[in-house]
Formats: sequence, structure tokens, C-alpha cells
Amino acid sequence: MKGFLRSDGRKGIRNTVIVAYLVECAHHVAKTIVNKIDHDDVQLIGFPGCYPNDYSLQMMEKLCTHPNVGGVVLVSLGCEGFNREKLLQTIIDSKRPVETLIIQKCGGTKTTIELGIKKGTAILNEIATADRAELAIEDLVIGTICGGSDGTSGISANPAVGVCFDMLLAKGATCIFEETGELIGCEHIMADRAETPKLGKALVTCVEKAEKYYTKMGYGSFAPGNAEGGLTTQEEKSMGAYAKSGASKINGLIKPGELPNKKGLFLMDVVPDGEPMFGFPNISDNAEIVEMIASGALLILFTTGRGSVVGSAISPVIKICANPETYNNLSEDMDVNAGSIIEGKSTVTEVGETILDQVISVASGNMSKSEQLGHKEFILTYKAFNDTGKPIAIGPSCLR
Amino acid sequence: MSKFVLLNNADNVFICCQAAKAGESVCIDKLEYPLTTSIDVGHKIAKKAIKNGQKIIRYGVPIGSAISDIAVGEHVHLHNMKSDYIPSHTRQSLVIGE
Repeated sequence: MKGFLRSDGRKGIRNTVIVAYLVECAHHVAKTIVNKIDHDDVQLIGFPGCYPNDYSLQMMEKLCTHPNVGGVVLVSLGCEGFNREKLLQTIIDSKRPVETLIIQKCGGTKTTIELGIKKGTAILNEIATADRAELAIEDLVIGTICGGSDGTSGISANPAVGVCFDMLLAKGATCIFEETGELIGCEHIMADRAETPKLGKALVTCVEKAEKYYTKMGYGSFAPGNAEGGLTTQEEKSMGAYAKSGASKINGLIKPGELPNKKGLFLMDVVPDGEPMFGFPNISDNAEIVEMIASGALLILFTTGRGSVVGSAISPVIKICANPETYNNLSEDMDVNAGSIIEGKSTVTEVGETILDQVISVASGNMSKSEQLGHKEFILTYKAFNDTGKPIAIGPSCLR
Repeated sequence: MSKFVLLNNADNVFICCQAAKAGESVCIDKLEYPLTTSIDVGHKIAKKAIKNGQKIIRYGVPIGSAISDIAVGEHVHLHNMKSDYIPSHTRQSLVIGE
């Protein structure tokens, strides 16, 4: 495998130009630039809000300097609250080519779009010659998420990803699992896998925080489709979701945007600190995917029972289908059929090995199904992390 | 292969791996039980009689409690069990289960 070597030493598996809008008012212009350049490696991300928020600024800094990103075009309306100067400086410091377009200064929608196409194409050409370096399994950072889970997820796709994680970790990779709200009920068995007792305690605390938060919101991380697929309770869904983490030791706890400080298996604490301020922790699956990408995930393993079709901007998503009926219905969107486990045609270990092969293939540059189909979803909303409810810097507050 | 699997010896539910129709019979502990409702892939049926308030066990761990007596072979879902943590919900409403 070959990767794109970045100035911080990290290696990417894609070389994308990000066009980022810094407020909803600049969304149309940014989207049109991306659509008109019409290139797989030119992708749209952005933040819609006009109020400043440390979490979203830091997420955007981490995303724009992600190893899969080669260069950036920032699209600002001009008067929004987003700290574009800080974001720009971070990108410049990372030695990536970057341009800022301010619609109010450029002369309007049409002029900015034309300029954006020119600048975006120039950056795309410039990064085509980016340094390549040998990419080993231990350079990989892989995240996992489940979406549209059903009663089969916890017995086929999720444990198969767990097997793949164990194999990746044994080869020195870094793996991230998340959604503490979907670990409610598993906190104590999870704590037994912690590298240190102190980490074990922190894992329990962060799941308890999630339980309190979701109780206050009135709903667990549980969708009607989960129930239609046979899951009845949050803790039943949790046990199935937990299987994605495999059986290896848990080495650390990170918050969204925080980079793992060593190799190993990390839990991401996605639930905001303090009293609920901005609503549900993650309003849909892509918000979780974006957080793992901000923490350096080069590739996402997405398990689904009901059948999700999403991909993501920046990092490829590999979809592993848990349910054989769903696979037959949506095979054009699925990379791996773990439903064969339910049909008794393959074992969890065999599917785990298939997922590992797929990881290596996609990391080597082959496109996943969602990439081929043009799925590049992205969502970023407000959040706050600290102990008192006031926004402060994200991490490194967690265990070293 | 049976349409239902037992994931852990401690479980009191089976998981459906292949859709089964109402009236089809399921063999549990050498006895035949006709299904009273159709069961879709991923759904649970009771392996043994479960009393109101008793824990439902899947993966060898509790995944909630029965809110009514459940007969052997009966569908186990929102109508007869609830979370011990956070209420579940459907598109129509919150299922409190109390």
C-alpha cells in the first residue's frame, strides 16, 4: 500500500480537495463549486451556524488538516461568526495549499463560484504530485459505526467487525469505536477490558454520562427501525453494538477531534459534557462518522441491518450488511455480506477476514461502494465539552 | 438448519434467522409450539415461559424485563418487555411499557 505523506508525518489513503462553507449562507456557493468541478476528489464540507462554537471550529481544523485532505478552499459569506482566520492559519501551518473566498468581497454568487472553480482546480492540480510513502497496516486508523441496526446486527456484522478490529490491532493499527449512548448496559463488561483501572473507571463514567444525557432528552439512541428489525430495548441494541469493538484491550478514551496518542483501541466519548445544550449528541449517523474522521480515521467500517446507504466526505466508508434479506434488497450499496452468517453459509471469523481484505483494498485506493455511488455526506452541528456546561477546548482532557 | 438460534446457553429467547409464518411450528426442548404470529428475521421468541417482571436474557445478559407473562414460543418485543434503562419508541409514540 502507498499513502499520501503529510507534513505532520501522518499518511492519507485519499488526496482530496475540500471546499468548506463556513456558514449556511455560503453553502450554495460552495456546493456549486464542487458540483461544477465534478471530480471525485473535490468534496464539500461545512458548518451551518452563525454563532461561534469552539467544538465546531476545532472539528473543522482537524477535518481540513486530515491526512486524506491535500488542500482546501474556504468559502465565507463574510459577516458570519465562524473564526475563519484561525481555521486558515491552522491549514497554512499544516503546509497545505488553501484559498479563502469571501463572497461579500468577491462580488457575489456568480463571481465567487467562478473564482472557486479556478482555485479549486488549481489546488487539485497542485496536489496531484503530493509525496507518496509506503503505507503499513500500523499506519491505519479505522473507525466503526453501526447504523440502522436490527436484531441480526449483533450476531453477524458487528462481531465480524470485532474480529477484523482484533486482527488490525494485532498488526499494530489504531481502531476507534464510539457512541457511548449505544453502550448503555455494557459499561461494566467494557471496563474489564480497560488497560488500566483508572481507564476502566473513566469508561464507566462516560457511559453513565450518556445515560443521563439521553434520559433527559427523552429518547435513547434507538430508532423506530431498530424496533421493526426486532430490537426491543436500548441495552439489547447496546450489546450488539458493543460487539464491534472486538475482544482486544481498550487502550484509551478520546473526545471528538482528539487524536489517539498511541496505537491501540480507543473509545470515543461523543456525548457532550454538562447539561444538554444543543440537543441530541449526534443527530444522525454521519455526525458520528465526521467525529471519528476528525480524530484521524482514514476509513470507516459501517455495519447495518436495516440498510443504510450513506458514505462520507474525506474518508471512505465500507458497508457491512448484517441481514441477508437486506443484503438481497440493497446489494448495490453493500461492500460485504455478513448476512451469510445468519444463513449459516459462513462464520463470523470468515467474514471478519473478508472485511480486513476490503480494508486493505480500499486503503490501497480501490473505491468502496458508497464512494462509487457518489455518497459524500457530511454533517456538523453545535456541541460543548467540559464539566460545567460552558464550551471549552476539546481534549486532551482524557487519559494519556 | 432451524429458523431460530440460541446465542448463549443462559438465554431465555431465540433469535429468528429466517422469517417464519404464523401457524408454523417451532421445536423447543423436543416439543412443538405453533407460532401465534409471524416472526421476522432478527426478532425474538421465548425459549421458556417468562413471568411478568423476569429479566429477558440475550447474549447471556439481561436486555430488559417482561411486562406480562410470556408463553413459550411467543414473540418477545415491545408489547411484552421493556428496557431497564431508557424507554424505547416507535414512529407513533414513546413506548413506556409500564
